[in-house]
Amino acid sequence: MEPAIRIQPGKERQVLVCRGTGCESQKAKVIFDNLEKELDKAGLSGSVETKYTGCHGFCQQGPTIMVMPAGTFYCNVTPDDVAEIVETDLKGGKPVERLLFLDPKTKDRVLTFRDMRYFNPQRRIVLRNCGFINPEDIDDYIAVGGYEGAKKALSMTQQQVIDNMKASGLRGRGGAGFPTGMKWEFANRSVADQKYIICNADEGDPGAFMDRAVLEGDPHSVLEGLIIGGYAIGATKSYIYVRAEYPMAYERTLIAIDQAKKKGYLGKNIFGSGHDFEIKVKLGAGAFVCGEETALIASIEGKRGMPMPRPPFPAVKGVFGKPTNINNVETLANIPVVMTKGGEWFASTGTEKSKGTKVFALAGKITYSGLVEVPMGTPLREIIEEVGGGILNKRKFKAAQTGGPSGGCIPAEHFDVPMDYENLTQLGAIMGSGGLIVTDETTCMVDMAKFFLTFTQKESCGKCVPCRLGTKKMLEILTDVTKGKATLEDLDQLVTLAEDVKNGSLCGLGQTAPNPVLSTVRYFRDEYEAHILKKECPARVCVRLIKFQVNPDKCKKCGQCASACPADAITWKKKEVAQIDSEKCIKCRSCILACRYNSID
Amino acid sequence: MDDKLTLTINGISVRGKKGQTVLEVCRENGIKVPTLCFHPKMPPYGGCRLCIVEIQNMRGLPPSCTTPATDGMNISTHTDRLFRVRRTVLELLLAYGNHNCLMCEKNGECELQNLVYEHGIDSVRFKTTFAPKPVDDSSSMIVRDPNKCVLCGRCVRGCLSVQVNGVIDIAARGSDSFITTFNGGLLNDSNCAFCGECVASCPTGALTPKQSHFKGRPWELKKVQTTCTYCGVGCQLELNVKDNEVVKVTTDPDLGGPNKGSLCVKGRFGNDFINHPDRLKVPLVKKNGSLQESTWDEALKIVADKMGSIKKKSGPDSLAFFSSARTTNEENYLVSKFARAVIGTNNVDHCARL
Repeated sequence: MEPAIRIQPGKERQVLVCRGTGCESQKAKVIFDNLEKELDKAGLSGSVETKYTGCHGFCQQGPTIMVMPAGTFYCNVTPDDVAEIVETDLKGGKPVERLLFLDPKTKDRVLTFRDMRYFNPQRRIVLRNCGFINPEDIDDYIAVGGYEGAKKALSMTQQQVIDNMKASGLRGRGGAGFPTGMKWEFANRSVADQKYIICNADEGDPGAFMDRAVLEGDPHSVLEGLIIGGYAIGATKSYIYVRAEYPMAYERTLIAIDQAKKKGYLGKNIFGSGHDFEIKVKLGAGAFVCGEETALIASIEGKRGMPMPRPPFPAVKGVFGKPTNINNVETLANIPVVMTKGGEWFASTGTEKSKGTKVFALAGKITYSGLVEVPMGTPLREIIEEVGGGILNKRKFKAAQTGGPSGGCIPAEHFDVPMDYENLTQLGAIMGSGGLIVTDETTCMVDMAKFFLTFTQKESCGKCVPCRLGTKKMLEILTDVTKGKATLEDLDQLVTLAEDVKNGSLCGLGQTAPNPVLSTVRYFRDEYEAHILKKECPARVCVRLIKFQVNPDKCKKCGQCASACPADAITWKKKEVAQIDSEKCIKCRSCILACRYNSID
Repeated sequence: MDDKLTLTINGISVRGKKGQTVLEVCRENGIKVPTLCFHPKMPPYGGCRLCIVEIQNMRGLPPSCTTPATDGMNISTHTDRLFRVRRTVLELLLAYGNHNCLMCEKNGECELQNLVYEHGIDSVRFKTTFAPKPVDDSSSMIVRDPNKCVLCGRCVRGCLSVQVNGVIDIAARGSDSFITTFNGGLLNDSNCAFCGECVASCPTGALTPKQSHFKGRPWELKKVQTTCTYCGVGCQLELNVKDNEVVKVTTDPDLGGPNKGSLCVKGRFGNDFINHPDRLKVPLVKKNGSLQESTWDEALKIVADKMGSIKKKSGPDSLAFFSSARTTNEENYLVSKFARAVIGTNNVDHCARL
């Protein structure tokens, strides 16, 4: 992974400060301001350029600073560390050891991002510029080849652009994986006086934030994708539907549009091609369901965000009744590259049916969480063990939940599955938007299914009965399971109801909401049965079913539990089994998480 | 242009027209597909999931009310797979609502009740803790019971798409969704015009006319078609009569007339004058300082005599004629003609000219 960067002429080095939402929330702005001050003080302002960037995905180690072109990567930087970085590195030429990345396996400090096991195996197409360019400066994007794809597209015929897209094999990254080229072709064939192309940036899956990272770090690539798509289908108007919870993405998108307008890349006669194209930004109002395309259309029209059954499809009758094409942020960010490097080039990465790369939001019981972009078909094991640094605390991998609340889990027996659309669907999971939550033996699968169902049940729009009431009933049964109040008949009812909700619901939200339940029942039925028959939660997550007693046979007398207990409920003496005082215990599970020997029942 | 379609429904070849939905083709060909949120006067909604069908080469179970019919479609309307989902939908609705037909005004003409019966549901497998919500009894005309609401959205669409009032809408999300007025207040405090379109649209007992409560069961009521007496539009009504008393007023597009199945507040709810004790049934004539019952002949003669004498004594312009919006155009024309040609004055006015 070697990004294209632009260093101002006359400057020798460049310091990149990440100012994505994650780092910004930890004073990245103060860090940036301090950096400029310190460089000034050290007399380095003339030779060192400072630049703030969007998110490169490694938020867990943020705030981060990178010194280019060397690539020195500093993690967990505080405003107070800046002076030392300037003094030791930029002036003294030596890295600040204590702020370098600590490799989880070798326990060595790693000097540059190129050598980091987190970045090294990644192949970045979507996130190519994230973390390396200033998202609020169009010239920075142009300097790394930005808008070349749009220029190239506008010099071709619409059909040539569509054919190139079809040759790339790019499929929609929003979840369903519909071939983008085909989608464009449908919209292109629709005849109307006005057509629209919409960017769906209503990213709502819990844990997924790749679309936010792209809009915050490289908004122009999305605009360029829209220009290309708009030209291909014959749309002159466009919307970017950004969720209100992404204020920074919204802000930077507005800035990008403004700059592109001034350059003549948006508006009338763009790039002097005779083609008109305008983009408006629509802010969402907090509904997850508005990520569903027909609900998104309703929301843009100013109506309550509720889906409509398809057909008619948006390509025929979309926003304001006009043919509309909707692409996801990640899909659009791929498009400029598909244009400049060609469809065949893009198709050389990935598997037979899933081309290119996929950004996953790695989270859960994993050493390094964040955004990782890998070629389609990369085995799950590689993503978790190599890029993610493996499971925390030497615990065992249990399952990975993909696709967020619409997805399912991949159990340990399929640890080597190549991650592409087909394989995941076959396992009852889905690619979805790319959420990847790693679980270990301290994760209760019933509880996880309950977590996702709680989310979908709350976010159901309430229009169709199976989703509105079916998910509610399913959640009631799941809650009973976690309390040890359910019977095997309830479990059967849960499964049949889940199938009915899946078959009967109107939109993708309801049709996929039962997936976490169905897939956990499929692979971890024994856990459900343990809750029901033995009134036991094997992972010791469901508090109602935990005894909070130390099992003397398993206890290694280490005392970890006692030091973790915030309520002083555990007494422990060296070489003795710990004791939990049930009067004092507040059932917070701190002891369970601290114990490496699973010895608390 | 040939706009004919040939489709196969349940193995039988049927004809349809371009632009029709699958549901419309089914209905035209006598194939009964259960519906709840569908209403012929309103744009289709696709929310209740009862009119779902299976269509060859189409993914999932599309609702027939929104799916456009296309040539060569192969449709099944009554498979086991469909029945299972429909039954689950109905059971869920029963589980999360107060659907006790014994205590419901709608008993006997409730669409939910009919659907439950048609699907042979004699018990609900889901046990729930349903928390009732307060009933909005604020208005003198409409009772809103959210506990009987199935959120089909027909009242909302009736209010917005048919009457273009937009007084109510669906608020909140998921299972918390409910029908609300603007700002969530009582119906009586809202900008509701009380046309009753919502009441007429409601498939269950969630919206009922207050005046008819406990006055008669649907099967006891005789429907008498009449023309509304209020204004000159000529809306067709059905008086729902029991024991010679009007219990409520309904209407139907099939009655013909200009109102196409809609009414205004007066036509739908303003009928208490019919049996009101103060209602005048014979003309009254003031004799010796008090009004006394009289006959039409006597009353008209008095009016004619007095008009004649006033005209003779003070001239025709000392008389003025004021006509009513409750009369027809023809009657208003006659008033004008009478004033101008018979009496000879242009002093004619009408209550609608404000």
